Amino acid sequence: MTQPNETRPAMYIDPHIHMTARTTYDYMVLREYGVVAIIEPSFWLGQPRTSAGSFKDYFSSLVGWERFRAAQFGIRHYCTISLNPKEANNPDIADEVMDLLPMFACKEGVVAVGEIGYDEMTEAEDKYFRLQLELAKEIDKPVLVHTPHRNKKEGTSKSMDVCIEHGVDPAKVIIDHANEETAKEVLDRGFWAAFSIYPKTKMGNKRMVELVRQYGCDHIIVDSAADWGLSDPLAVPKTAQLMAEMGIPQDHIRKVCYENALTAYGQSGEMQETDWTNPPAIDQRQLYDGNSVLRGQQPVTNSQQLSSLLIE
Amino acid sequence: MASTADISQAKALLYHWLEQQMPTEKLGWLKNKLEQIADTDSDRLLFTTFSSIPRYTTKADLQLTEADLQTANTIRSGWRPKNWSLDQAGRTLLLLSLPADNGSQYRARVEKLFATADVSEQIALYQSLPLFPHPELFISRAAEGLRTSMTAVFNAVALNNPFPADYFETPAWNQMILKSVFVDSPLHLIQQLDQRANAELARMLSDYAHERWAAKRQVTPELWRLIGPFINDQFLADLKHALNSPDKSQQLAAAIACVQSPEPSAQTLLSHHPQLKTEIAANQLDWDQFSQRYLATAS
Repeated sequence: MTQPNETRPAMYIDPHIHMTARTTYDYMVLREYGVVAIIEPSFWLGQPRTSAGSFKDYFSSLVGWERFRAAQFGIRHYCTISLNPKEANNPDIADEVMDLLPMFACKEGVVAVGEIGYDEMTEAEDKYFRLQLELAKEIDKPVLVHTPHRNKKEGTSKSMDVCIEHGVDPAKVIIDHANEETAKEVLDRGFWAAFSIYPKTKMGNKRMVELVRQYGCDHIIVDSAADWGLSDPLAVPKTAQLMAEMGIPQDHIRKVCYENALTAYGQSGEMQETDWTNPPAIDQRQLYDGNSVLRGQQPVTNSQQLSSLLIE
Repeated sequence: MASTADISQAKALLYHWLEQQMPTEKLGWLKNKLEQIADTDSDRLLFTTFSSIPRYTTKADLQLTEADLQTANTIRSGWRPKNWSLDQAGRTLLLLSLPADNGSQYRARVEKLFATADVSEQIALYQSLPLFPHPELFISRAAEGLRTSMTAVFNAVALNNPFPADYFETPAWNQMILKSVFVDSPLHLIQQLDQRANAELARMLSDYAHERWAAKRQVTPELWRLIGPFINDQFLADLKHALNSPDKSQQLAAAIACVQSPEPSAQTLLSHHPQLKTEIAANQLDWDQFSQRYLATAS
């Protein structure tokens, strides 16, 4: 794939990517293809955690090391904080993790409570989903809902029912991992519909183009959900390019691959465009090593360096 | 000059600075929280206030005059908030407003903030260390700050901060200097750099230079400042290497090290480079002058 050819390359946001599971190489390539900001939702790590302390360190790394690491490549890192639905099923630690959340949920760059919702739709998942919706209301943050991969249609409908039941405004809720079967209901009910471009189990990008053709660009968000599995951290810029090749108008592409994520998560008060186009001097000095790396839209690195045979 | 801070004066000064740059209603929020926090052991209030401060102060730079900086230095010798931002000043003010009569309780609460801090919170915490009540309880915490992989956090401990020179034993001090060299942090921003120089550190820095040269890599010319006072045969050979380098800043730094050395061998070495000797004399080059002219780092 080639980069967009305008003098000012397009900017993209990947609003769902688990960078903890990715390498520094991915940050370099993401930046090269125009990704200026990413959101890392709290989720599980493949290996189940057996103590609340593991969650504390995980949350700390999302607001600490990972944010710093991203900035070294000119990428602004945000995150969401939650007890995820899978691990809500571990009664030994769930309550202690809930006690940790208020400590992190108000930190700088935390843009939502999430991922929350259902995995197997157990009673425990339901209990902690509802408690975290109340937390989101209390601290006035958007909500990122993970919809189940099995029994998706019912799980998605029920997730939205529960949000409404708790008086959470649909305009502040992002329903993620949507597909052709769930998109219409999500959009009709006024929620944000996010689509994860993820090989085999979630959305493909050609299908994504057809969804945007059918539903337009309103309230639709594209993400990669890239993690430790066989996934693609470039899913957002690649989908944008495919859309352009298949005749989707540029302003629609900008909406679904940049602007809508900014609008939805910007409701947290913790994410604004100037964070990467014109960051405060203190952030430039400390996060970006004195460089206003993002202002000129120049890639920080050149991936050709990485393919060189010589290691110096 | 104090090596512990006058805390009520430090608080008054920080508040005065914030007052000059913050709108009244935002300052009112902060004042109200500070009063509540002075009076309670609620961790939830502490955590949410500490995290929320940038939303009320903004992250704009603190605008300080040379007179402001002098006042700061009088309140706590070496306190130099020249590059601080408003949120950092607000966070420091909050940390100085916690109940602090009981040292171990104070330490325990502040340690909880460290344990869950985001990047900018860590920076604010570490650069507040020299102002803390009971600073001697935070020596191992400061050393922990140097183990970070985040350069900005490392710099909050190491640079423009009087805490390391005042409290670190020599091994921790030497590790800090070595790591500064490794992560390209400018040594001249480390306080009491010359006073804490020692022969063991000079030996480690010389070994480091040899490793770098073996790998065909450069070293910072600031090494010669810390090696110069401890001249022996190995160091003399290192200085010779630097004097013969094509890099002007290497030549000059090695020459300054020779000029400042009382050892006749250093003077003999320098006599082979009369043009450098002349240049140093003509420009009155000392380490401060050298840092300003040849090391492109804003302080």
